[in-house]
Amino acid sequence: MLDDFFVRALLVGIGMALVTGPLGCFVVWRRLSFFGDTLAHSALLGVTLSYTTEINMALSVFVISSIVALILLKLQKKTNLPADALLGLLAHSSLAIGLVVIGLLATIRFDLMGLLFGDILAVNVNDIAVVWIGGAIILIVLKIIWKPLFASTVNYELAEAEGMNPEKYNAIFTILLAAIIAISIKMVGLLLITGMLIIPAAMARNLSDNPNQMVIFSIIGGLLSVIIGLFASLEINTPSGPSIITSGLILFILSLTKIKKKSQLNN
Amino acid sequence: MTNKNDTLVKLENAGVLVNDKWLVRGVSLEIKKGKIITLIGPNGSGKSTTAKITLGLYKKIEGSVEKFTDKIAYVPQKINIDWTLPIRVNDFMNLTSTLKNNEIDSALEITGTPHLKNKDLKSLSGGEFQRVLMARAIAKKPELLVLDEPVQGVDFNGEIALYELIKKISDTLNCGILLISHNLHVVMSKTDHVVCLNGHVCCSGTPLDVANNEKYQELFGKDISKILSVYEHSHDHIHKIDGTIEKKEN
Repeated sequence: MLDDFFVRALLVGIGMALVTGPLGCFVVWRRLSFFGDTLAHSALLGVTLSYTTEINMALSVFVISSIVALILLKLQKKTNLPADALLGLLAHSSLAIGLVVIGLLATIRFDLMGLLFGDILAVNVNDIAVVWIGGAIILIVLKIIWKPLFASTVNYELAEAEGMNPEKYNAIFTILLAAIIAISIKMVGLLLITGMLIIPAAMARNLSDNPNQMVIFSIIGGLLSVIIGLFASLEINTPSGPSIITSGLILFILSLTKIKKKSQLNN
Repeated sequence: MTNKNDTLVKLENAGVLVNDKWLVRGVSLEIKKGKIITLIGPNGSGKSTTAKITLGLYKKIEGSVEKFTDKIAYVPQKINIDWTLPIRVNDFMNLTSTLKNNEIDSALEITGTPHLKNKDLKSLSGGEFQRVLMARAIAKKPELLVLDEPVQGVDFNGEIALYELIKKISDTLNCGILLISHNLHVVMSKTDHVVCLNGHVCCSGTPLDVANNEKYQELFGKDISKILSVYEHSHDHIHKIDGTIEKKEN
């Protein structure tokens, strides 16, 4: 069964959606979507690192993204620049450095399109293992830190005053974000991974009135996007990563009709 | 953690310097089990800062703050809930602890907000939100309760009832309370110890001591100080939750 490229793609996509669902909710709640983008851009540097040193791509991307995330946390404390300016600075400079390094490695054949938009149809059994094992670890850690992380998302000072140690859990969450980007970059590419985090969560926000419900809808939305996107890509021969994101967008647009009804009832 | 003096927190000569400006300096105070300490002072006098020092929210402070309990509940002055976050009162009650359903119900009952349990937090009015913040803090059964202007936006009758409630909490839970308030004459009668701040400790002591203190009268003006003293002496009645007044038996 795993011989079929389509089954492999489905397995990887489903594994990813199970993780991006809950993580994406936190990205939306904490207004971190641009932050996710920055990490994804810096992933290019991680990819080139993996080509030059021949270490595993997921690992090198994870390391580079984590470093960029930690640099950001440091810069935020040291400078007076607003967070979005710092994010832009880091996103584009790490992207640029990545591209410069690629230029220097002119001898190596590089599939830039695959890197930017991913190629979920080309995943092998190894990739499935990375996504499912890595994903399981991310979900377990997220489950453990859920309460303090959620409390510090609602209100940082309140969480700190009542002994929830928000600084520590924010840092762990940042690392989880770097990890999901690392394990899914090969599937949806660095330009689309943030979409996978945000679009299902945004859809879920329209349909939910409590945090747990939003997480569940976000997972369902991600799963549907993957399944619909992959079948569409097979049937009408469209690129798979962008098809997944487009399916997510369609679900989001459908969810807008639900809020409309809600507010009419309220008025 | 045991402490022979029942001390929950001790501040010694505490101060915070932010951007080369002292927000507050030289504050010493001690919060003990079952006691209510009230911080008063004009805007910008460092009341909230002192509360935050007590809670350990400042990493770098002058002087020292020692905590002898981890069971702390905090009612901040204001709290903004992001619109991106769907959260009901019920979810909020469980924010930093895991409560049983009946614990949540009884805390909401005490603050007069049981009907809000399944409401979206952002749909509440200012006064309702303040009561829910109180309920959440009470439900935690803390040893130390820090209340930063807990009655903002609550109507007058409700305000008096809430102060009665604070007194009751301190008695039943035997917890120490640090209270910040603007409404001097209502607060004072419920307080064991008053600290009057104006960037530093201007004066402190029992409510009567402070009310009669010259520095305090200078800071707040004679009239207000007088109301306070009069109130203190003539407190011979009880304000009930519905706003009616009942004579105290002597």
